[in-house]
Amino acid sequence: MSSVQIRDVRKSFGNFEVLHGVTIPIEDGQFVVLVGPSGCGKSTLLRMLAGLENITSGTISIGDRVVNNVQPKERDIAMVFQNYALYPHMTVAENMGFSLKLRNASSDEINKRVKRAAEILALSPLLDRYPRQLSGGQRQRVAMGRAIVRDPQVFLFDEPLSNLDAKLRVAMRTEIKELHQRLKTTTVYVTHDQIEAMTMADKIVVMHDGIVEQMGTPLELYDKPDNQFVAGFIGSPAMNFLKGHVRVNGVATFEGPNGVKLPLKTAPAGSDGRPAVYGVRPEHFTIADDGAEAEIIVVEPTGSETQVFAKVGGEQVVAVFRERHQFNPGDKVRLKPDPSLVHLFDDATGKRMNA
Amino acid sequence: MADVAIPRAKPQMSEASAWTQLKYNRNWLGFWFMVPAMAFLIFFLAYPLGLGIWLSFTDTRIGRVGHFIATENYEWLWDDSIFWLSVFNTLLYTFVASAFKFAIGLYLALLLNEHMPFKAMLRAMVLIPFIVPTVLSALAFWWIFDSQFSIISWSLKHLGLINQNINFLGDTTWARICVIFANVWRGVPFVAITLLAGLQTVSPSLYEAATLDGATRWQNFRYITYPLLTPIIAVVMTFSVLFTFTDFQLIWAMTRGGPVNATHLMATLSYQRAIIAGQLGEGAAISSAMIPFLLAAIMVSWFGLQRRKWQQGESND
Repeated sequence: MSSVQIRDVRKSFGNFEVLHGVTIPIEDGQFVVLVGPSGCGKSTLLRMLAGLENITSGTISIGDRVVNNVQPKERDIAMVFQNYALYPHMTVAENMGFSLKLRNASSDEINKRVKRAAEILALSPLLDRYPRQLSGGQRQRVAMGRAIVRDPQVFLFDEPLSNLDAKLRVAMRTEIKELHQRLKTTTVYVTHDQIEAMTMADKIVVMHDGIVEQMGTPLELYDKPDNQFVAGFIGSPAMNFLKGHVRVNGVATFEGPNGVKLPLKTAPAGSDGRPAVYGVRPEHFTIADDGAEAEIIVVEPTGSETQVFAKVGGEQVVAVFRERHQFNPGDKVRLKPDPSLVHLFDDATGKRMNA
Repeated sequence: MADVAIPRAKPQMSEASAWTQLKYNRNWLGFWFMVPAMAFLIFFLAYPLGLGIWLSFTDTRIGRVGHFIATENYEWLWDDSIFWLSVFNTLLYTFVASAFKFAIGLYLALLLNEHMPFKAMLRAMVLIPFIVPTVLSALAFWWIFDSQFSIISWSLKHLGLINQNINFLGDTTWARICVIFANVWRGVPFVAITLLAGLQTVSPSLYEAATLDGATRWQNFRYITYPLLTPIIAVVMTFSVLFTFTDFQLIWAMTRGGPVNATHLMATLSYQRAIIAGQLGEGAAISSAMIPFLLAAIMVSWFGLQRRKWQQGESND
């Protein structure tokens, strides 16, 4: 186990820079999730950490050692690939023991460690099978087993759940988290799925277009997104954004599209009249008499909650209610955002304006 | 719910005539689809093969209907030292050439699988020996190895390495080396391109995983590339062995089996005896004598080609 320091790391392919100076401190034993849309550079960063890609500039250190010029096999890391990359011609046991075999470990030692890993992952009955004979979830576990056997300083996961069906993904998510709680190995996990990030991470790093947009615990990111990108990326259904202007006439309000008035708790000093984006999460709407007028378009009950698509000032918003309202398409209701939970972003820069 | 007896009409079971049944029988239809292919195989493969074997048991000559003489041709061949020399030559030619083709082909395939500039062009260039008609390339080699005008002898002489021409096709050892060289030159592209196709099916992430597991370049080859390539190696080498064993064109164009039969293969000897000397029966016997060797090669590939356990997509029992 080890800490990992990524300092001002850049990566270019030819003249094209894909990572523009990324700094991420990772503490010993932390579960860090790099999350972002495809093409944001998260996988490239992970591969640089693994040593599969060169580092154009900046440094990456594992423990106290700068690893920029250290061979992948010397870095003492293990990686789980998106397609698992299991060796098809080796049995489960051989797959898991391969790294030890390459290091000339004794067969007793290999057996012992493979057995231990197989017990942790409930793979013991499958040790003589070939990857072809396994289901998706089992292959995923073998890939993790291969990492565990090595007992590395750092685990790297590259979108390990994206090849699984939805149900299995949820189950494996819990399994990986449980495994981390048990082994406490520093883990860097790449995904494009914000739910995976929210549920598993100690610390989330949101990346976008080769930069870090924000770092923090899942709830910090949810409660206080630094900018509009993070606000829109974290949370499902996504946050509603309404463009308009801040108005301060004694009380702060937000004038949305078509003059819709939306409540603000406070407005930053000197923001009167500034163009801004009003962000409110679907779950922070209530039905109230002093709310903004809205016309219901679609109602989607899921049982535990109800998603309601409605038009506010001509813009579509989505609201989620735990309580069961009787709504019909075409109904006029009054939706009120909770002023203490709304977010205000600068229209030009997308930066957060309210505290 | 109360049981209600629903009166049902008895289904009308019309007895379909045998012809109607046949008309809708998929196997019957399938048989007719197979007929053209079957006819083709019978007329162009099975019949000539059968005829060849039959001829080998007769004393047929060109222009004279033969009589059945049982195994007399084979008894003759058994005591014929030239026949045994041709068997030896064929085996030598096949094994040495195939071994070189495999080694060079694999090496080229690995090389062409790397990222390099002009990759597509280099890959295309490798195929050149394959697309030149065999007889033309054999004639070119004939000139290259000519006893008087050989460019190799000329170059070496001008470099001051030798004093007199090498008698490439006149010396038994040199002649064997030359024809094997020409065969290897011609056969390498097939092996290289087929193995390259095989290499490209190996997922790059396997190499990455192995690299992270601590494998060196050699271990990557030894534990990942080679085992995953074995099924394709089995196929390509079977074909290579079969083609080499039955080779005729190169030899006939370059040496006609000489000098002193040192490069006579079974195929060329068979041609010489059957067509040139007119002894169809004896030539057919030499050709038929190739069958056990070819069958042996096919058996080897049969077992080599057996799906390995890891390739089987068995269900979870």
